[in-house]
Amino acid sequence: MAERSFAREVEDLKLGEGDLFRGEGILAITKALLQSGVSYVGGYQGSPISHLMDVLADAKPVLDELGVHFESSASEAAAAAMLSASVMYPLRGAVTWKSTAGTNVACDALTNLASSGVKGGALIILGEDYGEGSSIPQERSHAFAMKSQMWLLDPRPNLESIVKSVEDGFELSEASNTPVMMQVRIRACHVHGQFVAKDNKRPEFTIKEALENPVRDLDRIVLPPVSITVHDREKIEKRWPAAIDFIKSRKLNEWFGPDAGDVGIILQGGMYNSVMRALQLLGLADAYGNTAIPLYVLNVTYPLIDDEVSAFCAGKRAVLMVEEGHPDYLEQAVNSILRRRDINTRLAGKGVLPIRGDYTAAVLMNGIQAFLEEHAVALLGNRPPLPSADAVLADPKVKALNAVVPARPAGFCTGCPERPIFAAMKLVEQELGEHHVSADIGCHLFSILPPFNIGGSTMGYGLGPASASAFNVDAGKRAISVMGDGGFWHNGLTTSVGNAVYNKHDGVIMVVDNYYSSATGGQDILSSRADNPERSTNNSIVKAVKGIGAKWVRQIDRTYDVAKMRDTLKEALTSKEEGPKIIVASSECMLNRQRREKPLFSKAVKSGQRMVRERFGVDEDTCTGDHACIRLSGCPSLSLKHTDDPLRDDPVVAIDNTCVGCGNCGEVSEAAVLCPSFYRADIIYNPTRRDRFAARLRNAVIGFLQRRREARRVVFG
Amino acid sequence: MTTIAADDKPISIAILAMGGQGGGVLADWVVALAEAEGWVAQSTSVPGVAQRTGATIYYVEMLKPKDGQMPVLSLMPTPGDVDVVLAAEFMEAGRSMLRGLVTPDKTTLIASTHRSYAVGEKEVPGDGTGDPLAVADAFGVAARKTIVFDMQTLAEKNGSVISSAMFGALAGANVLPFTRQAFEAAVRAGGKGVEASLRAFGAAFDRARDGTPDKLARKPEKLLPDAPLSVGHPKLDRLLDRIHSEFPPVLAPMLYAGAKKLVDFQDPRYAEEYLDTASRLLTLDRNAGGETRNFGFSQEIAKYLAIAMAYDDVVRVADLKTRATRFERVRKEIGATGEQLVYTTEYMHPRAEEVVGTMPASLGQFIENRPALLKLLERLFSKGRRVRTGTVGWFLALYALSSLKPIRRTMLRHKREMAHIASWLEMASSLLPANYELASAVVGSRRLVKGYSDTHSRGQGKFDKVLSAVPLLKGREDGGTWLKRLVQAALQDEAGKSLDGALATVRSFA
Repeated sequence: MAERSFAREVEDLKLGEGDLFRGEGILAITKALLQSGVSYVGGYQGSPISHLMDVLADAKPVLDELGVHFESSASEAAAAAMLSASVMYPLRGAVTWKSTAGTNVACDALTNLASSGVKGGALIILGEDYGEGSSIPQERSHAFAMKSQMWLLDPRPNLESIVKSVEDGFELSEASNTPVMMQVRIRACHVHGQFVAKDNKRPEFTIKEALENPVRDLDRIVLPPVSITVHDREKIEKRWPAAIDFIKSRKLNEWFGPDAGDVGIILQGGMYNSVMRALQLLGLADAYGNTAIPLYVLNVTYPLIDDEVSAFCAGKRAVLMVEEGHPDYLEQAVNSILRRRDINTRLAGKGVLPIRGDYTAAVLMNGIQAFLEEHAVALLGNRPPLPSADAVLADPKVKALNAVVPARPAGFCTGCPERPIFAAMKLVEQELGEHHVSADIGCHLFSILPPFNIGGSTMGYGLGPASASAFNVDAGKRAISVMGDGGFWHNGLTTSVGNAVYNKHDGVIMVVDNYYSSATGGQDILSSRADNPERSTNNSIVKAVKGIGAKWVRQIDRTYDVAKMRDTLKEALTSKEEGPKIIVASSECMLNRQRREKPLFSKAVKSGQRMVRERFGVDEDTCTGDHACIRLSGCPSLSLKHTDDPLRDDPVVAIDNTCVGCGNCGEVSEAAVLCPSFYRADIIYNPTRRDRFAARLRNAVIGFLQRRREARRVVFG
Repeated sequence: MTTIAADDKPISIAILAMGGQGGGVLADWVVALAEAEGWVAQSTSVPGVAQRTGATIYYVEMLKPKDGQMPVLSLMPTPGDVDVVLAAEFMEAGRSMLRGLVTPDKTTLIASTHRSYAVGEKEVPGDGTGDPLAVADAFGVAARKTIVFDMQTLAEKNGSVISSAMFGALAGANVLPFTRQAFEAAVRAGGKGVEASLRAFGAAFDRARDGTPDKLARKPEKLLPDAPLSVGHPKLDRLLDRIHSEFPPVLAPMLYAGAKKLVDFQDPRYAEEYLDTASRLLTLDRNAGGETRNFGFSQEIAKYLAIAMAYDDVVRVADLKTRATRFERVRKEIGATGEQLVYTTEYMHPRAEEVVGTMPASLGQFIENRPALLKLLERLFSKGRRVRTGTVGWFLALYALSSLKPIRRTMLRHKREMAHIASWLEMASSLLPANYELASAVVGSRRLVKGYSDTHSRGQGKFDKVLSAVPLLKGREDGGTWLKRLVQAALQDEAGKSLDGALATVRSFA
């Protein structure tokens, strides 16, 4: 079950011709796929494209009606391989993932797909996770397009353009027999906007028809010599020219502003809105897209159309290339087009704009201004004052905020079942010293940040244990590696666990099993515990690792038992047994659990059922303000409170109302022998007669003793 | 050259929130509001991993279409070009200024004053919380207009969440060209918890209109009432008499607070002992010229001696956990209502040390000297216990433990604490004639000793470490200042890295 229900969004997928669609970019893409008559969709979830997957997962009735096959692929590689259906058959297919992380994983299949070429339109939607808010290394998908000869779309970041780009992408793919990638940046994925919808289209040719009428064309199979003699030649001699023709004739790229001018700007489609804002701030454009400077907008960033580029540049003194990220592939390409055709227009780019980082409107404003100062200073006119916060930022009172405003790194959610795992690890560290810890991708990676500060490397999804594989020699300590259930099924079972078993790796492998692919939004995976009518769940991780040959395997079914976690980890680090020591630590992701249980609880209470809610608290009288519990937990609901007691210098710990009663703080304080301040409060809703009777009895005895003592106690009021 | 009229500018709104605070809901309302009024609105965000407790910015722009032309809106704020900033937490208001989103020529800053502490603030062994006054100071420099009050509490009081209160404050701020009715219609169209949302919206609207900002403070004022002359109990009145007659008035409030705590901890006689010691040290203070220093030394004594004497032991914990007032406080804290029943379970983990500490000093000492016996005790007692205080059996057990109070003075733990106090005071008073400030700082170093079990030992260790610098600082006029710095450093981190650094500095010049 995904993080949230997309029932409302599914309704948007049903909109027909002329209806106004209002919503998020990624949903617009989903709708565009259905309008394009797609036959099948696959992908692997991850920011910023998770919602595309989630909506489709909830949209079964709509998809069934259209005859569209949708699957949540096991990995990006599986998704890319799925596009193979478009090689022999005129089936339109689309897959999606987070890029470049997912593109790296998918590369093997993509290379072969690009070599074979496609008959049906094959579209790869890339959530370009670059710049502020990105969770991966800063690379560009552009390189993948160039190396495999796939075409790369980079539409202007408004819903209308994005939707058109999806539709164009399928056609371009079919016209040039080449898979097409479309990159959408983080903000564009989440942008709220609108477009006029069309009717959804049933695929003209169905998967069923394909399955029942198999086609086999030797020329489309990647095998030497075909890949050398046929595919490689086709790529250059047929597919590329076909793509160029299509892009040109269909005018996929766009021109704005006056036809002539001394200077112009070539930009990636995705940069359009920021460039327009920059021009507006410089007094060279209005808010409605009218610009005084000619713009050539590359909605297709690969391949470049030499004729278009040279036509735009010819007659201009200078042109600015706006290309976010590095290396400057486009700038190099434009330069060589100009050189080859002997056009003497000056090309500016990374010289006036930063080499790396987000091209925000402010960055572009400064870059364009620098460009114009050099090449067309008259355009800057009387120079309206530019927005700037420099004066404010230079003020000592604002500068002083640097020392006060805290960093807010992402962390584990309230009640997260992974927190006790790392609390236990910290306790083991206190006993056995620090260990080399290889981390992986997933929520558990937050252990690297305060307050846990555990984990020394992360190499890729499902690669945690594999990245510890060098550390397999006789030594006084063992390597610990951590991997989530998402990473485990993505490729960790073979690449990490299989590798460790085969090479008799002596380290400890901690598989963090929270029943979902939680970091990406709580999607079901093979080992999810819920029954999912559409998928096969409840496949045991323990059985899988045993099946692949692991011997020392421990299952902990309640991670909140910190003492047991600690002892098991200690045993794993000290056991004499050969081979990897695998601990599968399982407890349900609290975010998903709350989402599931809270409504049920409220409903039960409302209907008068006896229900018990657990919540934790701290006795402020016994808390001494050392905050050791926070250093071993870091739960967001565990906060501080300053008291008015003159005999206390430091704030005491307080648990706020967001507490979900997971018990971690109590278990930690007990296992680490911290202090007796934590209590669990069981709140009994709709107590039964028996409950009330017992309570009366207890209150009678306890109340009597309390009153007796209070009466005797000598205290200042 | 084409001339471009750039008069129409979109209204830009940045929302700074933390994951889970409903910043998305707020952005959606703003968009729905603008769209319903015929504007084109665009919102963006960068959720990603920031969704999980990190800081996030939502950004909205809106503009009316013109002659059939749709506006081109930006996907991110430009420093110096933001009309409204909404900060759903006070330090996030600080962050918005650091990011240049708030400028005096155009930005209205709407911020909630409540704090949600970051891990970096919370994990510090001392007080690592940021000072909200620094944020308030910057308002005057950065913002055109500010609307600042505790929107979190206001929302809770009205049974809603902060996003409704912030939306109300935005309406009340009068910066968007829409009526209150239009705002409310957007909330209604959202469809979820409408009544409560509108209540919080309305309250915040009024609050934003009335304009008086909240009074800000990093922490509440310490409660230090004057000592009363009499409370009508002979033993307590005797204590009060002594406070008034034996000590200068400047010490009275803290001595009263100390005596109050110790009467509660043990008995009036114990508070007498406290005053005895304080009185003895006051004489030394006077001899060292304390009068001209406002009795700084004795002030520290009044505070830290009381804290040291009211050490945390099992008897104290059992006493505090079984009080009727505590039962009531728990109910209130967790918000239990009406007929709901509440049972607490305490998470306790006594160690052999605690068991031995409760024994008569000689017996305890005897066992401690025999490792085998101690180990046996460890096996018998040392384990986590879930104590259900609300049940008769467990209550009686704790009640019995707390009844040991009258014999506390004979216990091993008490003897240890008293010896520790004695040597600490001995060191402080021996320094008094030569270096008043350093002597006072030695008293104040006691702040480091706190907690239970391992925490307590660690605190003690840091205390000893800090005091190890005393011989180096003795001859320096600024010795007291340096010792205070060492204490601050010791409170920075658990492992004592800052303290080691500060000590190295002291050694380098001493």
